[in-house]
Amino acid sequence: MWMFIGRRALATIPVMLVVAFVVFMILRLSPGDPATVIAGDYASSADIERIRAQLGLNEPIAVQFFTWIGRLVRGDLGISIFSNLPVTQLIGQRLEPTMLLTLTTVVFSVLIAVPMGAIAAWKAGSWIDRSVMVFAVLGFSIPVFVLGYFLVYGFSMQLKWLPVQGFRSPADGLWPFVRHITLPTLTLSAFYIALVARITRASVLEVLEEDYIRTARAKGQVESRVLLVHALRNAAVPIVTVIGLGIAVLIGGVVVTESVYNIPGLGRLVVDAILKRDYPIIQGLILFFSFLYILLNLLIDIVYTLIDPRIRY
Amino acid sequence: MTDQATSSGGRRRSGLLSLLSGYPIAAIGATILLAVVVAAVFAPVLWTSDPISLNPANRLKPPSAAAWLGTDMYGRDVWSRLVYGTRVSLTVGLSAAVLSIALGLVIGMVAGYVRWLDGVVMRVMDGLMAIPGILLAIALVSLSGASLTTVIVAITIPEIPRVVRLVRSIVLSVREEPYVEAAISVATPTMKILRKHILPNTIPPLIVQATYVCASAMLTEAILSFLGAGTPPEVPSWGNMMSEGRLFLPLAPGIVLFPGIALALTILAVNVLGDGLRDKLDPKLARRI
Repeated sequence: MWMFIGRRALATIPVMLVVAFVVFMILRLSPGDPATVIAGDYASSADIERIRAQLGLNEPIAVQFFTWIGRLVRGDLGISIFSNLPVTQLIGQRLEPTMLLTLTTVVFSVLIAVPMGAIAAWKAGSWIDRSVMVFAVLGFSIPVFVLGYFLVYGFSMQLKWLPVQGFRSPADGLWPFVRHITLPTLTLSAFYIALVARITRASVLEVLEEDYIRTARAKGQVESRVLLVHALRNAAVPIVTVIGLGIAVLIGGVVVTESVYNIPGLGRLVVDAILKRDYPIIQGLILFFSFLYILLNLLIDIVYTLIDPRIRY
Repeated sequence: MTDQATSSGGRRRSGLLSLLSGYPIAAIGATILLAVVVAAVFAPVLWTSDPISLNPANRLKPPSAAAWLGTDMYGRDVWSRLVYGTRVSLTVGLSAAVLSIALGLVIGMVAGYVRWLDGVVMRVMDGLMAIPGILLAIALVSLSGASLTTVIVAITIPEIPRVVRLVRSIVLSVREEPYVEAAISVATPTMKILRKHILPNTIPPLIVQATYVCASAMLTEAILSFLGAGTPPEVPSWGNMMSEGRLFLPLAPGIVLFPGIALALTILAVNVLGDGLRDKLDPKLARRI
């Protein structure tokens, strides 16, 4: 098993290199001179020259790539063009709201979606099953920000139950934090719940046809135990996989949700960076999120080997 | 499966009709989609006033006989802009679907059939998949400047790896089939094997995949426009309408909610149609998802 974990961890290195290469090349392959594009319409030639030097665009491309990778390995993501602060520092300042929002969403979604999918599979073909499937299609179809505005309009503006926007750190009190994070979490969860519920339903449905389920029922096992212990546990691997893969989509949703609710997290950092064309920040955040995603999925693969004794490599 | 996919166009069309008859929800999806397509094609007839020209005297009017869905903060007619928006969404959705399927098909066939390329190609695809699609698109658009073409390219690139994976997995399983082995043993040229024996097997799942790409592309376009990295602001796309209108949500919720509903309904229609097609064309996949 340790061999497998080691090999699996090593396999993330080429993937990370590809990510770094793609991110590096986007700037160089874009039509026109990147320094001019980043400087914007009203920049003087001195500004353009300064940005060019800052991005190291005057060096040969191979030199640029290796100096850049060298800095990356040391955890240096470059310096913001506008604020002149290191990108890592900017990310650090904005990390808390984003991580908390992602965490509440994942926890809330999994708590709702897994029972939902399991019950739908258990009662396959019933009205419960059908409504879960309808909800799943809806969850896939409603754009995050549309849902966000519907919720804000309903719960904040009409009913006045919850704040319209903003974020409070749990350090400043749990109740304000909960009130502010509720709508963003609901907004972001819809898609994720749909995704996880669908895959849970499918994999539980498949497992329920296995011989050991028939055996469990034949020996008079209580139905709830059949579902929870025998079925759900054996259906866990695809569910956990999708929870991990879904993180990539969730990250896109986080950017939008933070924008809708004016949450000062990494998503807002991206949006502000787009408007100012602060490319080092965009680049740094893409790398940050991609590496996070790769590491999370590595972790999930390792968890498999621990939870499922059938997986042996 | 092979017969069905290579049959004549006429048979396939009647097939599509019979296909929808068994799936009422898919038929509803197809109907909504048809309405959206009609709206896009006949947009200049359907819009009641110019969707772009400003009319400050008529700002933020509620729905009326003259302006069916009211007017926005610049006095532009929301209904007319909504109708125009169908063109933007459909263009983006269809182009991204066609482009990503075509490119993914070629790359996937190469990866699945040419053994020594497989590892390299798939690592590159893993890398691309690890980059959150929206962020990749944002980076591409913000560097290349906002235009409809840039947006389509930026949306297509993150969709390609999924298509590649799908095609590759089909190629890998089909190449073990006896009829492919037979073809190889009688020295059939590789190109002919790929075209005649492997390609037809990829078509039904790819049709299904195309609907999902189309839905997700329309969604991404709206998100990009909403974030200010999408179609140029003067283009009345649904994302732009919502992005501009959000400051006026308390005063005139319609500016945001109508395009929101239109977008959600269109995407819903495409998704539902895709699910129906999947159940019909690809029962094995239908059982898994």
